[in-house]
Amino acid sequence: MTYITKPKLHHPQLPTNALGYTRRDYEGSISTLCAGCGHDSISAAIIQACFELSLEPHRIAKLSGIGCSSKTPTYFLGKSHGFNSVHGRMPSVLTGANLANRDLVYLGVSGDGDSASIGLGQFAHCIRRGVNMVYIVENNGVYGLTKGQFSATADKGSKTRKGPANTDSPIDMVSLALQLGASYVARSFSGDKHQLVPLIKGAIEHEGAAFIDVVSPCVAFNNNPESTKSYEYVRAHNDAVNKLDFMIGREEITADYAPGTAVNVVQHDGSVLRLHKLAQDYDPTDRVSAMNYLAQHHATGEVVTGLLYVEEDHGDLHQFLETVEAPLNALGETELCPGEDILSRYNAAHR
Amino acid sequence: MPKPLEATAVMPKPIEATNDFVVKFANVNGSGSASANGLFAKSVLRMGIPASSRNIFPSNIQGLPTWYEVRISEAGHLGRRGGVDMMVAMNPETWDEDIAEIESGGYLLYDSTRDLPQSRFRDDINIIGAPLTEICNRTYTQMRERQLFKNVIYLGVLSALLDMDKEATAELIGEQFKGRDKLIQANLHALDLGRDWALSNLQCPLGITLKKTDKVGDRIFVNGNDTSALGAVYGGATVCAWYPITPSSSLAEAFSAHCHRYRRDTESKKHKFAIVQAEDELASIGMVVGAGWNGARAFTATSGPGISLMQEFIGLAYFAEIPAVIFDIQRGSPSTGMPTRTQQADIIAAAYASHGDTKHVLIFPKDPSEAFTMAADALDLADRLQTPIFVMLDLDIGMNEWLVPPLQWDLSRKYDRGKVMTAEELEAGVEFGRYLDVDGDGIPYRTLPGTHPRRGAFFTRGTSKDRYARYSEEGHDYVDNMQRLLHKFDTAKRLVPQPEKRVATEATKFGVLYFGSTTVAMEEAFAALEARGVHLDAMRLRGFPFADEVADFIGDHERVFVVEQNRDAQMRSLLVNELEIDPARLVPILHYDGTPITARFIVKAIADMVSVVTLAPLRKARS
Repeated sequence: MTYITKPKLHHPQLPTNALGYTRRDYEGSISTLCAGCGHDSISAAIIQACFELSLEPHRIAKLSGIGCSSKTPTYFLGKSHGFNSVHGRMPSVLTGANLANRDLVYLGVSGDGDSASIGLGQFAHCIRRGVNMVYIVENNGVYGLTKGQFSATADKGSKTRKGPANTDSPIDMVSLALQLGASYVARSFSGDKHQLVPLIKGAIEHEGAAFIDVVSPCVAFNNNPESTKSYEYVRAHNDAVNKLDFMIGREEITADYAPGTAVNVVQHDGSVLRLHKLAQDYDPTDRVSAMNYLAQHHATGEVVTGLLYVEEDHGDLHQFLETVEAPLNALGETELCPGEDILSRYNAAHR
Repeated sequence: MPKPLEATAVMPKPIEATNDFVVKFANVNGSGSASANGLFAKSVLRMGIPASSRNIFPSNIQGLPTWYEVRISEAGHLGRRGGVDMMVAMNPETWDEDIAEIESGGYLLYDSTRDLPQSRFRDDINIIGAPLTEICNRTYTQMRERQLFKNVIYLGVLSALLDMDKEATAELIGEQFKGRDKLIQANLHALDLGRDWALSNLQCPLGITLKKTDKVGDRIFVNGNDTSALGAVYGGATVCAWYPITPSSSLAEAFSAHCHRYRRDTESKKHKFAIVQAEDELASIGMVVGAGWNGARAFTATSGPGISLMQEFIGLAYFAEIPAVIFDIQRGSPSTGMPTRTQQADIIAAAYASHGDTKHVLIFPKDPSEAFTMAADALDLADRLQTPIFVMLDLDIGMNEWLVPPLQWDLSRKYDRGKVMTAEELEAGVEFGRYLDVDGDGIPYRTLPGTHPRRGAFFTRGTSKDRYARYSEEGHDYVDNMQRLLHKFDTAKRLVPQPEKRVATEATKFGVLYFGSTTVAMEEAFAALEARGVHLDAMRLRGFPFADEVADFIGDHERVFVVEQNRDAQMRSLLVNELEIDPARLVPILHYDGTPITARFIVKAIADMVSVVTLAPLRKARS
């Protein structure tokens, strides 16, 4: 058995979205990951977010590197083009794809080994270029497919089942993304879909480099209670700074929050991010204070989650490169070939 | 002061030649000599005399030795000849080697402001001293002026000595500094300073002279990195991702310059291109692969070390069948190798790049003019074959100015976007299997992301897939796919630029194969070899996989010389390996010291080998 297609039995009463699609239309093949893997919950959250946003599945491109996390694009959005690329190099492939056609939604799915170990350089540079994308790291601190080696986000002092303890300091990808200039930065937990789904929706609608670090426990190799990437630890130490309600357009906001406890952020495309403040002193529009808050809470062992930073008008690589509005892959000879006269002039100038 | 010309008994007759000699300038890097030296070469061309130039430069910004060699040949031989007839020795550091390089009876022009001991000269050359520093110091007060104009002054001296057309040089100065009259006047003044001093103090002209003629025609003087970049613009490349590496950087920079001039929307001024200077070569090829996957024409420019770093992605692009164009401007490698010297030493590395069973399409332009055409061809081939295409340039073609036919573009030419299924075809229910060989040529159809709401989406992977791009680790699916890739490679043999054959004037059992920048030297060598009684049928390789004609050519000859610029006879290995040729039939002729191969070298090496293989036939190879 090399792949499993999901049976296409649709319940006639399944709810549909604005395009008439059911949630099933956003699903992929059956997952071959371990039962209880956090990654499957993230796939489900991606499906839910795309369904709720009524995105056309074929207008999404999903790209990944190598590893358990990078296998997941097979398990969602079966009607979208996908690209399982090279270990640690998804960011460059996504950047190139994005340059070729700015009109699609680019979803980059990666893991901590893929993005923090082998691919740290590409992660950093694609964030600092401001590629318009959703970059999700499914972060469990270990290599699953090669059976339990530590990645660069693993806790210092963690022990593998049979090997020595990890003596290297962990990389905090959210802090890195903030420092590198990402214009939408969030952290969430695979076990909290109420928090995760709106964060993914906000990231999709965001124009620019959106990064979401999702702690996603590995049930096979790193779900022991001491691990900061375990279900137990995250549930006990989750410090959510806000709760995001995502709204498209300017529809009436129905949820009620006490005055002073919510903040609205209008994104470039007009979508509204409404943040319910859980930490009163947390300001998600201030990069420097976000970095401070993260550092302070990290020191006490807390896992800070929520929408940690958003800059609505930051722009993206296409804006910085001043490219035309039309996708570059749609331009033909008429638009691209300078013609005979210019060649004659070139020849004349070189005599 | 050096001895007068007639004072020595061993002094041979000074070289006498009109429009057929080699001038070499020995300078210090960063002294501003490049501009004056370029003016010299262009002045010769303006006089209607064919010339080519080669810059031999260090990996350095300032201070190390640099040379500029100009081959002047009314007969139109534009390769390096070897030997120097006139040395303009402006670098004390390399004095001894520069003096040693002058042909017997040749000329030395040097700065005679300070006396040099007699022992530093040679008896059999003509020594011409001009007090350049003294003239500069007398005329200019600022250090920078003294340094820069010294170059123009020696150009003036040379102009008088070689009887150059002063107006040609003046015209070029006018064009170079157009709109900056002060600079034009200053340069013309410096030129006159040198000319006038020489005319009043030296015997002018020398035995070697320049005489106006009309042999240049409509040819242009360009370097291959610039024309390749322009070819990429004409060929419709929209995405360029690159990482700086000598000698390829100027290709990407030229693409940027051409695009900013020719590829902006007339109204909005927005860019119909995207150029990213990546963080490394892994990222640059990754972006090219991503863009190619998504239907944009994309390329990168690099050199040997960059090709090494790109290996994993090149393999993925081969297996996942993604169009990509890679310009490899070959140089002496590795990292701290000879980055500023030329070689053809990436042939094997490119042909078999990456892990697993991979083979790649290579094309070999012979000069900057062909590089323009082949750059555009490469973009078509990449789309047609859905695979990486290597354009195998080298430093000699890429960074030196060559006299070549003008660039031409057929306006009716349409981009060949290859087999891309449209939304209409998908809607009409045309069967889509990403790795299905529908047409029997091994080339499957692809769809671009975002094409159709319900049909045509697929998941791109390396090899674990079946004909419909479904995940599969089954052995038969793997073998089926690999066989189709081989079949596609076979199709490529008919699509790549075909070899060019030249038949000897007399029937011969000897053949020669050559490619790329060796071509100019090879073309010059034919006549000299014939004069020695060596007749050769010849074939210029222009693409890999090899056309069937190549095997036929080898089969038709007892011995075939393979001329290349690397140590390990890489093209020969490729021929042996791919065409299953008995190695004994292929005789390597190798030049790999980092300088461009010369006709003299080829003539001697082949003539020597002909006598060896004629007298004592090579042992038949055991295989």
